[in-house]
Amino acid sequence: MTTLIINGESRSVEASPDTPLLYVLRDELGLNAAKYGCGLGQCGACTVIVDGKAVFSCVTPVTVLEGRAVTTLEGLGSHDAPGPMQLAFIAEQAAQCGYCIPGMMMRAQALLNRDPHATDEAIRAELQPHLCRCGTHMRILRAIRRAADEMRPKAEEAGTGR
Amino acid sequence: MTQTISRRSALAGAGALIVALRLSGTHAQTETGTGSGPSKHGLPGSLDDTPRIDAWIRIDASGAASILTGKAELGQGLKTALLQVAAEELKLPLGRLSLVTADTARTPNEGYTAASHSIQDSGTAIRHAAAQARELLKDEAARRFGVPANALQVRNGQVFGVDGKRISYGELVRDQLLSVDATPTSRLTSPADFTVMSQPVPRVDIPAKVTGGVAYVQDMRPDGMLHARVVRPPSYGATLRDCDTSPVEKMRGVVKVIRDGNFLGVIAEREWTAVQAMRTLAATTTWIERQELPDEVDLPAALMNLPSRDTTIHDTGSPGNPGILVEGTFSRPYLTHGSIGPACALAQFADQKLTVWTHTQGVFFLRDAIAGMLRMPAENVRCVHAEGAGCYGHNGADDAAADAAMLALAVPGRPVRVQLMREQEHAWDPFGPGMVVKLKATVGADGAISDWHHEVWSQSHMMRPGPPGTLIAARLKSDAAPPAPPVALAQPEGGGDRNAVPLYAIANCKVISHFLPDMPLRGSSMRSLGGYLNVLSIESVLDELAVRSGQDPVAFRLRHIEDPRARDVIEAAASRFGWTARVKSSESTGFGFGFGRYKNLEAWCAVAVEIEIPRLSGVVGIRRVVAAVDTGQIVNPDGVRNQIEGGILQAASWTLFERVTFDRTRVTSVDWSAYPIMRFDSVPESVEVHLVDRPGDAFYGVAEAAQGPTGAALANAIRDATGVRLHQLPLTPARIRKAIAR
Ligand code: FES
Ligand code: FES
Repeated sequence: MTTLIINGESRSVEASPDTPLLYVLRDELGLNAAKYGCGLGQCGACTVIVDGKAVFSCVTPVTVLEGRAVTTLEGLGSHDAPGPMQLAFIAEQAAQCGYCIPGMMMRAQALLNRDPHATDEAIRAELQPHLCRCGTHMRILRAIRRAADEMRPKAEEAGTGR
Repeated sequence: MTQTISRRSALAGAGALIVALRLSGTHAQTETGTGSGPSKHGLPGSLDDTPRIDAWIRIDASGAASILTGKAELGQGLKTALLQVAAEELKLPLGRLSLVTADTARTPNEGYTAASHSIQDSGTAIRHAAAQARELLKDEAARRFGVPANALQVRNGQVFGVDGKRISYGELVRDQLLSVDATPTSRLTSPADFTVMSQPVPRVDIPAKVTGGVAYVQDMRPDGMLHARVVRPPSYGATLRDCDTSPVEKMRGVVKVIRDGNFLGVIAEREWTAVQAMRTLAATTTWIERQELPDEVDLPAALMNLPSRDTTIHDTGSPGNPGILVEGTFSRPYLTHGSIGPACALAQFADQKLTVWTHTQGVFFLRDAIAGMLRMPAENVRCVHAEGAGCYGHNGADDAAADAAMLALAVPGRPVRVQLMREQEHAWDPFGPGMVVKLKATVGADGAISDWHHEVWSQSHMMRPGPPGTLIAARLKSDAAPPAPPVALAQPEGGGDRNAVPLYAIANCKVISHFLPDMPLRGSSMRSLGGYLNVLSIESVLDELAVRSGQDPVAFRLRHIEDPRARDVIEAAASRFGWTARVKSSESTGFGFGFGRYKNLEAWCAVAVEIEIPRLSGVVGIRRVVAAVDTGQIVNPDGVRNQIEGGILQAASWTLFERVTFDRTRVTSVDWSAYPIMRFDSVPESVEVHLVDRPGDAFYGVAEAAQGPTGAALANAIRDATGVRLHQLPLTPARIRKAIAR
C-alpha cells in the first residue's frame, strides 16, 4: 500500500511499489488525462506535477511518491468548470488529436506557477521534452501565453507573483 | 437554390445548375476504397452508395437529430464539421444534434477515412440528406396545414405558416417519413444565408480532451476489462524457435499466455502486470531471424534496383530541346507515422460474436479482415470506431485491433484492452514508403521550360485491410493468411506517383511511374502518399531552373501555370509573405517557395518560408511560414487553418529530421531518440495561413495539401541560403554542413 495525495485528496493504492505512477493513475484511480506515449521519458504525454515540478509519470515508481502531492490535469478543472489553463486551450482551439495536450498543459502549469512572467522563449524552452505529432505547436504556444496572461493578475493578487 | 449534381461534383455559385464529374469512371482501386466506378444512383458524395435519407439523418419525437457518418474522427475536426453541415441544412441549433461515427452495425459504409475525402464524401452526403430531410418535413407540414410548401418557413427545428401557425420537427416526424431514397436534386442553403457553415465553430471534442474526459479508446474501461500486451518478433521474417511460457504463467495476476504460431500475447488483470509479463515472455523467447533487409546506407539505389512495373503516366511533345539542364535524384527514406499514442484496441467475444473498438480508418474493411483472419462470418464481427491519437494514415491501429481480437477469443466474455508499446509501434509501423524521384528538365533561351522528364520509384502506398494478410496477427498465427498482394493506386489520384504529373504548362513532358511490387520494409498509406516527394522534387527543379536562368522563382511559376486558382494561391502566399520586397537579413538567410494542388485534384496550397542557417551548425531555423489555401467551400475556417498549420509543422519535421533506420535484419529506429521528430526548439517563429474563400463551391480535400509545398519551400530555402541543392531527405545539419563544405 502506498498513500498518495492526488489532486489534494489522500488515496491509498494497492499497486506494487515498482509500478509507474502512470498505470496507477489510469488503471487504479480511473484518471484519463495522463497518457501512455512511450514509457521512456521521451515524449511528455504522461506528465503530471509532483510537489510543484513537472515529472514523467511513466518512469516514476509510486514508491518514491509516498505522501507527496501529485497534480494531474483533472486537478486543474473539469469539463463543467474548466480552469484557466484549460479555458485557454479551448479558446485557442489548441488541439488536433489532443493526445499530447494534457502533458503539455501540466508542464506549462508548473512553469507558470513558478514564474508567472515566463517569456515566450522560456515557454518554448520548457516544452522541449514534449512531442506533438499533429503539429499543433503554434496553438499550444498561443494557449500557454493566453493562460499566463489570464493567470498572472490573480497570482499577483495572491502575492505569489514576482 | 436547386442543384443537380453527380458523384464527384464541382458546384458553382448560388443558383447555378452544374454537373461536373471530377473522376473518370474507371474501376480503379481508390484510397478510400469506395467511389471508384460509375455513379450508381446519380447521387452526390456517399449518398450514391447509401441513398436512404434515414441512413444519415434520424429525427426523434423530441425534434433532436442524430447524424450518422461512416467516417471517423481522427483529430482532424471531422465531427464538428459534419455537425455544422447537418445543422445548417436541417435548420436546427447545433446543440440539438448528435453524431454517430463509423460503426459496422450502425452507420453507412464509407470506406476509409482517408485521402482528405471525408468532407467531400460524407459532408456532401449529409448536406444533401439534411436538405432533403428538411424539405420532407416541410412538405409534411404543408400537408397538415393544407397550404403549399412554398408558403412555409423553416427555422430552429420548426416549420412556420403565414398565420402564426407553427409545428416542430418532433411533431412532424412519423414512421418512415425519412425512410426514402434521396433524389439527385436538393434545395441547398445559399452561402449568403449560412449561419453555421463557414463559421469557426469551436470543436465539440476539445473540452473533454483538455479536462481528462473519456476521449480515446485508450480511456475505455468496461466492467471486467483485462489488459493485454503482445510480444512481436524482433524482425519481419523471424520465426519462433523456442518459448518458455511457464515463468510468465506463474506470475501473479497473469490470466493467460497465448501462443499461436509466431503470435504471442499475455493477458493480465492489471496493465502493469501485462507489461511485465510481456517483458518476461520476450526474454524467455528465442527467434530465428534472417538478414533480408536492403542496405540502408544506399536505400535509393536499392529501391531503383528492385524489379518494377513501369507505366508512362504522362507523355506530351518530344524531348531533346536545347537549354540549361537541371537534373537530380531526390529520395526520401521510410518515414514512420509516429502517433504519440501507440495503437490500442478493445475486443470482447461473447455468444459467438466479436466486438472490436478500434481507431482504424476503415471499420468495414477491418471487420472483413478480422473475420477472414479468424475464419468467422463477417456478420459475427462488429467494429466500432473509437478515437485514438492522430494517425496520419494507416498506422498500427488495425494491427492492435487484430491483436485484441485474437486475445479476446481466449477469454470469452471478458473485454480485453491491448496497447502497443512504443518500440512495437515504431518497429512494426506500415511505414510511409521510401521513394526515389529522378528528374531532368531544361529551360530554353526564351526562359520557358522546354523539357521535363520525371521518373518515380515506389512500392505500394496502399496495404490497408481488406485482405487478412495486411494484419500482423494474421501473418503470425499458425494458419497464417497469405501475404496481401501489393496494390498500385491508379492515376489520376495515384499512389507513389501521386502528383508526379506537373501542373505547369510544359510542352515536352514525360512522367514514368516504376511501381515496385517487392516491399523491402512494411509500408502503406501515410499523409499525402507519394505527393510529398513528387511535389518536393518538381518544385525543387522548378526553382533551380528559375535560379539558373536568372528568373524569380514565383514569377517563373506564374509564367508556367494557367489554372486561375493555382495562380490565386501562389499570388496570395507571395504577397502576404512580401516575396518581391524580401531582403536577407544576413548571409545565412534563405527564402523558399513551394506550390502544389493535392492529388492534382483537390485543394490548392502555396507556401513561402524564411529560414536562417548558421554556417557552422547547419541547423535550419524557421523564421516565418506563410501559406495560402483554396479548399473550395469552407465548412470551418479554423478547422482548415488547424489542419494546414499541422501539415506545415509535420512536413517540416519529415523534411528536416526523419528517417527510419535498419540494419540487414531489424528496424533499429524503435523509439523517439533513434527516430527524432521536430521538438519545440525547431518550431517556426511564426506560421500564417490565409484562406481563399470560395462560397458556394464544392468541397476540396485539404488535410494533406500542405505536405509537398512545405517540403519544397524548405528545400528551396536551404538552396537559397547555402547555394547548394540537396536531394536526399532528410535535410539534416550534417548533410547541410557537408554540402556547404564541398
Ligand atoms: S509516456 Fe512518459 S514520457 Fe512518453
Ligand atoms: S495534438 Fe495530436 S499529438 Fe499533439
